[in-house]
Amino acid sequence: MASPILQARDIHKSYGYIRSLQDASLEVFPGEVVALIGDNGAGKSTLTKALSGVIRIDKGEILVDGKPVTFATPQDAREHGIETVYQDLALAVDLNPAENVYLGREIPRPGFLGKLGFMDRKAMQRETERRFRDLGVNLKDMRSAVANLSGGQRQGVAVARALIWAKRVVFMDEPTAALGVAQTRNVLNLIRRVRDQGVSVVLISHSMPDVLAVSDRIVVLRHGSTVARFQKGDAKSDDLVAAMTGSLQMEGAA
Amino acid sequence: MSTIESSKDNAEVNDPAARPQPSLLRRLLVDRPEMMIILALVIIAGFFVAVRPDAFLSGINIRNMSIEAGMMMFLAVGMTYVIITAGIDLSVGSLLVLSGVCAVLVMRMIGIDHPAAPWVGLLVALGCGTLWGLLNGFFVAVTRLSPLIVTLASMGIALGIARLLSGGVDITGVPRSVVNTIGIGRVMGIPVIFLIATAFAVLAGVILHRTRFGLHTFAIGSNPQAAERAGIKVRRHLVMVYAISGFCAGLAGYITLSRFASTTIAGHSMDNLRAITAVVLGGASLFGGVGTMFGTSVGVLIPVVLASGLVIVGLPSFWQEVAVGIVLLAAVLVDQWRRSSRSR
Repeated sequence: MASPILQARDIHKSYGYIRSLQDASLEVFPGEVVALIGDNGAGKSTLTKALSGVIRIDKGEILVDGKPVTFATPQDAREHGIETVYQDLALAVDLNPAENVYLGREIPRPGFLGKLGFMDRKAMQRETERRFRDLGVNLKDMRSAVANLSGGQRQGVAVARALIWAKRVVFMDEPTAALGVAQTRNVLNLIRRVRDQGVSVVLISHSMPDVLAVSDRIVVLRHGSTVARFQKGDAKSDDLVAAMTGSLQMEGAA
Repeated sequence: MSTIESSKDNAEVNDPAARPQPSLLRRLLVDRPEMMIILALVIIAGFFVAVRPDAFLSGINIRNMSIEAGMMMFLAVGMTYVIITAGIDLSVGSLLVLSGVCAVLVMRMIGIDHPAAPWVGLLVALGCGTLWGLLNGFFVAVTRLSPLIVTLASMGIALGIARLLSGGVDITGVPRSVVNTIGIGRVMGIPVIFLIATAFAVLAGVILHRTRFGLHTFAIGSNPQAAERAGIKVRRHLVMVYAISGFCAGLAGYITLSRFASTTIAGHSMDNLRAITAVVLGGASLFGGVGTMFGTSVGVLIPVVLASGLVIVGLPSFWQEVAVGIVLLAAVLVDQWRRSSRSR
């Protein structure tokens, strides 16, 4: 088996007296979809934030391609090719899609003007339109503010932004929670296509049907610890629920 | 290829904003809020021109209006940046006074006939404004106090210090050369104050709309958390934005000195609200993320044109305050309508 491209070992994180993560582990192999599941408060979002550099961990190890790394900021994670689609999408809704895609990574104008901080808006717009087309994310008006888009279209912008930049891993925190049936199917198809292009996806979801539909592996968190791992095909919905609620104990299994 | 695109039928049904061909008016209102205010300015100015073309379009009236608008533009430039970050800066009027007092005191100290005095005075005014702005920014961004309270407090502190330094009375001592070249100076008949204000506004507008710094300003006002996650140093940026506002107040303080050849301690208690009015009239949103420097410059003109026009047509100039208030309410209503008409 290939070695993991991203690995989290024995991660601990407390907020005051609340232990959000204690001994959580996760490994992501090249070109796979891993589902990260667990009950509310199990630590899924905290683990995602730790691995995307939003929060700093108290204890534990994060390894990229087997080498230990420290993520102090989201940029640190990004520089290792790790992108995140946050549950709230983290879009600046008054900006247009291209500005959102390139926010913080703007293309400078060539020459002296670029050094002064001038942006090449045309290049950013052109490149965004091209990448959105490749990903099959079609928007009627690519120049209008994100605020004028529907919920599903905004989701498309947030997902596309992550996919455009991700080299290794994309975390998706509840990408389908707010979507209808058809839009959910589209996001799941997009996840598969990303995986087929060699970028791994970590899917955080409450929806057992979604998880079973796209995941190659499933990792279960409970009370901040990793309590179970399933391979595709081994997992049945009942087992997953049992692992999430604690009626099935299999630490270190699979 | 079934991807996000196939959801668009679905989205269109639920989402009025995604309907094809939104009306022209709607597009203008949603995407270019400053267009409304240009229309308002054209109507107001057109009315005065129609009633009293001789007086309204006379050289002296146009010059006076351009100086009034230019003076207000300095503060409004900084306020535009601050409001786009969803902040507010109430301290600008007091800071204008404080910067002017400090500049005069220093110029008197080195002797107002000293050849370097004008430049030293300028540096003192700009430095004083910028430092004060940095302090405002520190309290807003780092201690995360409400900008309304921080700048309300620093407004009082700045004016108090200005009065303490000056003994409560206006002090003269502005180099003659400053008054002559800037205050009453003209180039080809155009007041120098207006030229400086225009150049300054264009520069600030280019930075706001063409550079990364400007884009980050909009992003922070739109969604600070998203900006943070996109790698923008939000706190540092906010400190800089309040420093810009302070710099503008310092510059305005110096220009004010050149115009009146004296400090004008009691004359700026409403400047902060006037600047906010201009920016909001110009289509900026107090919720942040929206605004243009062009809109602000139009927003600066409306109260000025109203004030002079009403006097010319023989109405009491108090109507200006009434009219500006009504236009301001309309601008805020349009902004609210615009926000609620967006899809959620």
